[in-house]
Amino acid sequence: MSNAPKRISAPLSAKQSLWLFGTAVLVFAPLAPYLPEWLSTLTSLIMVWRGVLLWRHASLPPRWLLVVMVFAGVAGIAWHFHGLFGRNPGVALLALLFALKLLEMRSVRDGFAVVLLGYFLTLTQFFYAQNIGNAAVTLAGVALTTATLVILNHRRQPAGRALRLAGLMLLQAVPFMLVLFVLFPRVQGPLWGLPVDAFSGLTGLSDSMTPGSISQLSQSDAIAFRAKFTGEFEGRAPPQIVLYWRGPVLSLFDGRTWKLGRVFVSSRLPYLPRGAAVNYAVTLEPHYKPWLFAMELPATIPAEGLIASDYQLLAKSPVRVRLRYQMTSYPEIMAGVDEAPAILREALQLPALFNPRARALAEQWRAELGANDTGIIRRMLDFYRRQTFIYTLSPPLLGNHSVDEFLFDSKRGFCEHFSAGFVFMMRAAGIPARVVTGYQGGELNPIDGTLIVRQSDAHAWAEVWLKGRGWLRIDPTAAVAPTRIELNLARALPVGEARPLLARPEFMWLLQMRYRWDALANVWNQWVLGYNPQRQRELLANLGMPSPDWQKMTAVLTGFCGILLLGYTVLAIYQRQRLSPVQVAWNRFSKILARRGLPRKPWEGPYAYAERITANLSVEQSAMVADIDEVVDIYARLRYTETSPIQATKLLQDMKGRISRLAQRKP
Amino acid sequence: MLASPVAFLQERFYRWALRGHPPEASPIRLTQRRIFVLPTRQGLAYAVSLLVMLIGAINYNLSLGHALVFLLAGLGATAILHTFRNLAYLQICPGRCEPVFAGEHARFGIVLANQRRESRPSVRLRLPGQVPVDVEIPGQASIEVGLELSTSSRGWLPLPRVTLETNYPLGLIRAWSYVAPDQRCLVYPSPASAAPPLPAMPGEGCGAAHQASGMEDFSGLRLHQPADPPRHVAWKSAARQTEGPLLTKQFSGAAAQTLWFDWEMLSAYGDTERCLSVMTRWICDAHAAGLTWGLRLPGKELAPASGNAHFHACLKLLALYE
Repeated sequence: MSNAPKRISAPLSAKQSLWLFGTAVLVFAPLAPYLPEWLSTLTSLIMVWRGVLLWRHASLPPRWLLVVMVFAGVAGIAWHFHGLFGRNPGVALLALLFALKLLEMRSVRDGFAVVLLGYFLTLTQFFYAQNIGNAAVTLAGVALTTATLVILNHRRQPAGRALRLAGLMLLQAVPFMLVLFVLFPRVQGPLWGLPVDAFSGLTGLSDSMTPGSISQLSQSDAIAFRAKFTGEFEGRAPPQIVLYWRGPVLSLFDGRTWKLGRVFVSSRLPYLPRGAAVNYAVTLEPHYKPWLFAMELPATIPAEGLIASDYQLLAKSPVRVRLRYQMTSYPEIMAGVDEAPAILREALQLPALFNPRARALAEQWRAELGANDTGIIRRMLDFYRRQTFIYTLSPPLLGNHSVDEFLFDSKRGFCEHFSAGFVFMMRAAGIPARVVTGYQGGELNPIDGTLIVRQSDAHAWAEVWLKGRGWLRIDPTAAVAPTRIELNLARALPVGEARPLLARPEFMWLLQMRYRWDALANVWNQWVLGYNPQRQRELLANLGMPSPDWQKMTAVLTGFCGILLLGYTVLAIYQRQRLSPVQVAWNRFSKILARRGLPRKPWEGPYAYAERITANLSVEQSAMVADIDEVVDIYARLRYTETSPIQATKLLQDMKGRISRLAQRKP
Repeated sequence: MLASPVAFLQERFYRWALRGHPPEASPIRLTQRRIFVLPTRQGLAYAVSLLVMLIGAINYNLSLGHALVFLLAGLGATAILHTFRNLAYLQICPGRCEPVFAGEHARFGIVLANQRRESRPSVRLRLPGQVPVDVEIPGQASIEVGLELSTSSRGWLPLPRVTLETNYPLGLIRAWSYVAPDQRCLVYPSPASAAPPLPAMPGEGCGAAHQASGMEDFSGLRLHQPADPPRHVAWKSAARQTEGPLLTKQFSGAAAQTLWFDWEMLSAYGDTERCLSVMTRWICDAHAAGLTWGLRLPGKELAPASGNAHFHACLKLLALYE
């Protein structure tokens, strides 16, 4: 409107400020642990300050002080993160501005800015965690923020009504959310280069192995990946003894550390399938390393992957998001019968100066057994079995000649010790050998039939190359602690060894609960968090939308949203008239009289109406006076005084009877 | 019009929105066809924020971020409905509208009837160029809202186009509708501030106000009528018999005290409006003093009488004088 005055935003009332403050606290609290400590403290202090000001009805600090605080805060963030660009500094800046905005919140427009910032901050939480708990907290935050928006625009609304309304509206928004979530054409991010700090390191297998590195991992309960078998093993899993999930293959040894060898990658399988196939889908948690895990030996290469010359599946880029891929493995494949000489040379390499005792023993065996490679392997496994080797999570620290010390002195070790000792001895005896790391076994969740492989299932084993047979898997740990392979880690550890809480038999019920929770978390991961473009295509194809592209999706999406809106509109319109029976009767009465030329004026009360019309009745109409007076009287009593329900029913009957009588009278 | 094409278009829009023919018959019902819905500035800011959030969620592959943005988008969609619903099927009727003197504020009563069980909070009524009025209409009830409009000239003042709007509940969406109820306010001429004294009574030569009180002579009682001045009610007899009707004292010789306000007396002024203004002043003064007067305009005459009804009848005649 051209003559409308320039918009001036109304000042905030105390009630509105209080609501905004409450919202700010609820939105900020879940984010606080992820901010730098000094910033969390600073923002918390600002909020406390704001709370005190609110409590005392004191005025807000002067603007220059805020400007100083903004500059100080921004400088602090820039110093802390060595810059202002990227995800973490961005979130930190947003949190700082959010807190400071509370201190200069004067008008409704400022309040609205706080609400929008609040929605933003709610989103930034998801950078750090996206589990079910987070989602619940977020929902509470969004409900409160929305109620605040109601109060902000309509300050006279009572608190209960605002909250109820916000809840109702969010409930009505859920169908829209579901439709959009399923059908909105997904784009695989990132849209532009992500800042370096987008991912922070997590536990997982690394590209090297020193004594103790895997036993450290086995204390972690974190999930490495899940596998869901189909076909023959639908809803269950193959025997533990074949569940070797191949990870980094370590063939370089410098005397202490095992490292990745030189490999070539290819998109073609270096071997031919043989024996029975096992089909399954792997959902890999992000681990920021390139390897993809599969049962030995994989026979399909996922779309996002390649295969290395040591039969390790590699992703084309580090796994930064939860990744799901279909796999087929053949446990009986013979691989590397015609192995390249360079690879075999690498598998024989040993540093000259270390571990003389082990070397001597291996050479002695070779001299005794001649060309009998299998004999040497058997001799080594017997060595582990006969001597009193102990399988333990907390082996003693080893010195320079780590293999010597382990084999002949301490004799206590974890899988990396056993496999490293074995491979060392094989190489010393002239048999090509290498260490394979990965995961062994897994835990079948009886609730949903997925196999959960945790970091604690990390394992290291060995591979030896025999002429005419290729690479053979040998697990030296099985010689010492066969239960580790057949059952799991918890059973294999001697009694009294510290083990994870849930691995203790007395906590079975807790374990059951964890299974349930984990099944739920898996569904959440698969269908909510893991809902990516690929998943969307699969789902829509299953729902009968062949080759869904974004045009089709948008069309269907628009259709669904339109139907929803239409449905709600119809509901909104047809809910409108639910009049009380008294009102219905009164309306009928007014209508009857209006037809006789005696309409009620909209502003007339019942008595005023009766008085006016009874004064103007014609002679024929004057017989109606008694009924009219009585109806008006009953209506007024039912409408404006308190009557007992029984009496009300009786009165209403009387009223309706008289109205019908009036209706039947000739006009 | 040419100078301001925007204003021209606006006027065309109003006319289209009212479907051409105001004023409308009452009750006016706000059906879905006549309610307009558009986002407010806040709503646009909200939409832009959601877009930015969506881009962030896509860029960082935040599945829950998608879910949050979609939930908030759904919230925006439901806000449209809630805002629309706050106006839809509201019933509007013209209410009371007392006559005013020119220069005073006319108060147009608008009766808003809510047949729904839930109340309709924050409904705003606005006349062009006036300060809006915010009301809440309780469930299954009707309220009367007074819309004030300044007046400048006598005659019928029609109620201009009324804008009913609401942005309840979230302030993101504005729903509005135009109504033009068939209502008009009678504007009396404004009483002249400097007027000649009341004209002398024929036959007498003295000030009317003085004479009127002295010459009254009680002649009897008759049934009370609402237009009788309160001072003529026979209060004493009313106090004696509580059951009976109110009676009015009648005075003989009333005709003798009758004033005549004649157009001819003011012919010296020449200016019609000025004459009307002076006459209005006289009528007001005479009414305040409880006198009886008659009015004589060219071609029209009101017999001498007193009381409220006569007072308003006279003023109406003046207001509508051609």
